[in-house]
Amino acid sequence: MYGLGILQGLTVTFKNLMRKPFTIQYPEERIPQHPRFRGEEFTWYEERCTGCASCAKYCPLGIIKIVTHPGKTNMQEGDYYAIDVFDIDIGRCMFCGLCVEACPYDALFMGSGFEEGQYRRQDLVIPVDRLRKASKRPSTWFRPQLEDKGYNPHTGKELSWRQVGRHQQPSQEDLKEKWAER
Amino acid sequence: MTLKTEPVTINIGPQHPSTHGVFRMRVTFDGEVVVDVEPVLGYLHRGSEKLAEERTYTQVVTLTDRLDYVASMSNNLAYVLTVEKLAGIKPPDRAMYLRVIAAELMRIASHLVFTGFWLNDLGALATPLMYCFREREKILDLFEMLCGARITLSYMRPGGVFQDAPEDFWPALHRFLEEMPNYIDEYEGLITGNEIVLVRAKNVGILSAEKAVNSSISGPILRASGVEWDLRKADPYEIYDRVKFNIPFGGVGDNFDRYFVRVQEMRESLKIIEQCVEQVEPGPVRSEVPFLVRPPKGEAYGRVEAPKGELGFYLVSDGGIAPYRCKIRSPSFINLTILRDILVGWKLADMIVTFGTIDINMGEVDR
Ligand code: SF4
Ligand code: SF4
Repeated sequence: MYGLGILQGLTVTFKNLMRKPFTIQYPEERIPQHPRFRGEEFTWYEERCTGCASCAKYCPLGIIKIVTHPGKTNMQEGDYYAIDVFDIDIGRCMFCGLCVEACPYDALFMGSGFEEGQYRRQDLVIPVDRLRKASKRPSTWFRPQLEDKGYNPHTGKELSWRQVGRHQQPSQEDLKEKWAER
Repeated sequence: MTLKTEPVTINIGPQHPSTHGVFRMRVTFDGEVVVDVEPVLGYLHRGSEKLAEERTYTQVVTLTDRLDYVASMSNNLAYVLTVEKLAGIKPPDRAMYLRVIAAELMRIASHLVFTGFWLNDLGALATPLMYCFREREKILDLFEMLCGARITLSYMRPGGVFQDAPEDFWPALHRFLEEMPNYIDEYEGLITGNEIVLVRAKNVGILSAEKAVNSSISGPILRASGVEWDLRKADPYEIYDRVKFNIPFGGVGDNFDRYFVRVQEMRESLKIIEQCVEQVEPGPVRSEVPFLVRPPKGEAYGRVEAPKGELGFYLVSDGGIAPYRCKIRSPSFINLTILRDILVGWKLADMIVTFGTIDINMGEVDR
């Protein structure tokens, strides 16, 4: 019968008239992201970073720039490399997270935010100073140790470098035992 | 007195709201009737095949996200399957289930995008599109839980997936599986019986089965023409031989069939996901594969049934860390070859609607 299909369609329209809107008024309201969300700003712990540049090597676009120089030497852990430059050009980054996957020392994490828009392209390069100072709310992407703790970067507090590793922190006893003297 | 008329050539695109991306058609009209169509491609060419030769096998996964950007998971799946074939890697069971769940969710999302934009082409501006995007949004939320991104997912890796699904993924997936059939009913109420849609779509833009097969069309368009061919059944990969589902197919091969096949496919996908959720067992999700995969010398062709048709990757390895050659058989590009067959002879208004039912994605056509 002609018109039946239209009526059926109108029922759907009426049903939706009664529903709450499903759109969100963005800057005022926000949808919380999942803890695994691969955010734009990176979280980087200088204390954990050895300057090995695995992240730079595994980045498909080669947009992480690292410059190091040999720093002090520790009997326990050997030579330190001090980081001079650790720039991430997020203007070209695709947030694939391969750099985070490659980091063997849990020093680099994806961020949790998504509002890094800038007016100039130069400002999109995150220099090492900004990485040092940035608030440390790492995404749990590819970091099961954070996920197991139920950490949520959007509601949880900032994590220090001691809290994000995949291994237990060594006790004072362990630290006293020097590898060099064994 | 006879009126002297002559054909007019009109350029549609590359910046035209009806062309689904930067696609350009040079169309010759005789009055209102299309007499010739010439597609002009290449505006979105990024050289993905060449770029793949510069990247390691794991890094290429990120490139495949950008082929068909409304169905990244399927592209990921096709690529990692090929690498696994090439390198002789066997992924663990749980990884295969997760990959199939992800790929089927992606199929639903892609068909939702098709339905919304097709109605847009029909003249129902924006409102039905918003209905479809509401559900697509739910799928994207699921992907955000799974892999932290919504569009460019990079979820799969040669040898499995990068990480197991988080705890809260499964309840969310259950909720989605419960809600989704009602929403599909809603679209059907809105579209399937609608007289206006039926008049515009029934018996318009007919593609015969013979022609479809001869032009190596694949995917829902082929099935709408009445050919029962689906790689998930014809050449089962992953765990598709362990789940039960039907292949919906049409009879006439007109616009309406192409729409209806896709709607039914969404229902079948839901069935597949439900069975996967029942069958999946705990276990590892990634087999021991080094970051730098070094497949032995040789070549492999892997293919999957992507939402738009058969998506194939052909990889040649010279024993190094990067593919020596990567060829992508993209369904959208090959499905475009029937453009002239289904457009010529129809009116201008039908042209846009029929073109919409091919459901191309320019990221994939130009690669
Ligand atoms: S997220 Fe991907 S593109 Fe961005 S720096 Fe890391 S590896 Fe490179
Ligand atoms: S891979 Fe990790 S430890 Fe190595 S340089 Fe990058 S951030 Fe530092």
